[in-house]
Amino acid sequence: MNKKQRKMLIRIIIALVMTIALQFIETEGWLRLSLYIAVYLIIGYDILKKAGMGIVNGRVFDENFLMAVATIGAFSLALYEGSGDYLEAIAVMLFYQIGEFFQSYAVGKSRRDIAALMDIRPDYANIEENGQIVKTDPDDVEVGTIIIVQPGEKIPIDGVITEGNSSLNTSALTGESLPREVQTGDEVVSGSINMTGVLKVRTTKEFGESTVSKILELVEDSASHKSKSEDFISRFARVYTPAVCYGALALAVLPPLYQILFNDVAFGFNAFETWIYRALIFLVISCPCALVVSIPLSFFAGIGGSSRAGVLVKGANILETLSRVKTVVFDKTGTLTHGVFEVNAMHDPHDHDIEADKQRILELAAMVECSSSHPISKSLQKAYGKPIDHSRIHDIQELSGHGITAVVDGQKVAVGNEKLMHKLGIEPCACSHVGTIIHIAVDGKYVGHIVMGDVIKPHSQEAIRQLHASGVDNTVMLTGDTAAVADRVAQTLGIDKVYSQLLPADKVTRMEELIASSKPNEKVAFVGDGINDAPVLSRADIGIAMGAMGSDAAIEAADVVLMDDDPLKISKAIRISRKCLGIVWQNIIFALAVKGLCLILGAFGIANMWLAIFADVGVMILAVLNAIRAMYVRKL
Amino acid sequence: MNKSFKIEVDCANCANLVENEVQKVAGIKKVNISFMTQKMKVEFEEGADTEAVMANVLKVAKKVEPDFEIL
Repeated sequence: MNKKQRKMLIRIIIALVMTIALQFIETEGWLRLSLYIAVYLIIGYDILKKAGMGIVNGRVFDENFLMAVATIGAFSLALYEGSGDYLEAIAVMLFYQIGEFFQSYAVGKSRRDIAALMDIRPDYANIEENGQIVKTDPDDVEVGTIIIVQPGEKIPIDGVITEGNSSLNTSALTGESLPREVQTGDEVVSGSINMTGVLKVRTTKEFGESTVSKILELVEDSASHKSKSEDFISRFARVYTPAVCYGALALAVLPPLYQILFNDVAFGFNAFETWIYRALIFLVISCPCALVVSIPLSFFAGIGGSSRAGVLVKGANILETLSRVKTVVFDKTGTLTHGVFEVNAMHDPHDHDIEADKQRILELAAMVECSSSHPISKSLQKAYGKPIDHSRIHDIQELSGHGITAVVDGQKVAVGNEKLMHKLGIEPCACSHVGTIIHIAVDGKYVGHIVMGDVIKPHSQEAIRQLHASGVDNTVMLTGDTAAVADRVAQTLGIDKVYSQLLPADKVTRMEELIASSKPNEKVAFVGDGINDAPVLSRADIGIAMGAMGSDAAIEAADVVLMDDDPLKISKAIRISRKCLGIVWQNIIFALAVKGLCLILGAFGIANMWLAIFADVGVMILAVLNAIRAMYVRKL
Repeated sequence: MNKSFKIEVDCANCANLVENEVQKVAGIKKVNISFMTQKMKVEFEEGADTEAVMANVLKVAKKVEPDFEIL
């Protein structure tokens, strides 16, 4: 509770005690009035002040104005009637303030809870100076400095371990509760917590560029992208409040005038009395706070909860679009499969197994591909397993979607797919195996091919099943791989549609076709690893990048970032967004329905002031409590 | 130029109102006030005197919402 809230609480308690006491003490006339006015001022002076300032500054219709008019009106009416029943005026103000207090407390508390969920910001970095460990501001640590991370501390800056081994808790980043074992030479990302051993880490980035800073920036920014429902409500409130005020005025004036003119009711205050009272009730009911507060709170809670689960959503508008996703398009390599290829077979030009020259062929392929970051290139180098002498390789040329040519030891070597061979006028041998086939030609002569197989991620099948179960009608896979491989993967996983043998540009075209062919309300999401598919990521209605920990490019290009590379998170993200939007609509409908009903009842004189207080304060409290639910996403 | 300020604002609606008014201050290209994160992001016009603009912003904001503070 902050200072303002404490002060408010004291005022509420004093006013409450005095009001109750006044019910038991017999007082009359001016004494009674002045006591009630004292209570009224204690509880409501700030509202009156704000309402007055609003009028002075030309902003008349806000909730302070509504409350001031309603309570002063109720007071005057009681005074005029001489009933001495000032309780209603006090009650309206008291409960309004209780509601405001509750709202400010609940919102502040959930804001802190959500901030705590995302509390991954490290406060310091340990540096060794003359044998002493010194705590320094992570912002001051230069790239390449050795920092020391003790057990229980957060890793402050991205880097590589130079000494020590330990297990890391990355749950704040990825939502993954299993600790990750690390040892010397491993890369570590900031924000993970060192659990067991002392680590020495050589930093590879500045603090501002480290994963933890990027994530925090993203999450904090996300709150500033407003959703359509938020926009709708703030526009709505701008029209709604004046409309209600004029409505109340009309209610106070028109029916009595009608009665005076046509029903022979004598002109006088008596004719207006009931209608003024109804108009005041009308004003109390109509306060739009429940909507204005609960909707941004729902989105904020949803975004906070999902970042806790390792799903970073870049804004409320994204969460909204995500909930309407009906088609999910996957990149194959690195998304549904590990993107780590194994050499399954090596064949000569006649499709027979190579026995003798195996190492030579592999060496050529690895050398030509030595500078490429494509998963296949990396896997080839891994399969070769020896260091590469770069001085033997010249003139490396990469043909996107085809392969690579280079000069190795003076020989022109081409390594790539069938298209590359055709382009160079070489007739490749069709392989009998299913897999990714890497053809190799030396000096324009075909020497054989390597068959590589990708490994499907263990959760991919379950992920597709869950997507279908959570209402995604259409799953599509885009891949540059051959039809045989693509079809086999799709069949294993249960994917509806496959487009294979695509060049990177084709993927964008296919994505555009898919967007064009879906209904305007049904959104298309693309899931990729963010390395080669940034154009598709940004073209899709929702771009989801996975395994993004440490990859800035992916964080920039995508709308939703999955911190680890588990495809199950995709359906989780969609379910989180559905829950959040569900809550938003529950609140909109609930608040409007209750208020609408009470307004009608109030206009016909059926609702009294107490019901009006419920329609205002009660509805707001319920809506805020409902909104906070969006934060709990663990079981989704 | 973009700048981010920590602010204190009491309610979501006040934040919206302040945002609408501050948007009209000369020298401000775009402003975004988040009640949830208690932050104000300001994008200034090219060559604007940021200090003077911010003094105006505070004045305008205070007029709309007396409890608004820039920390």
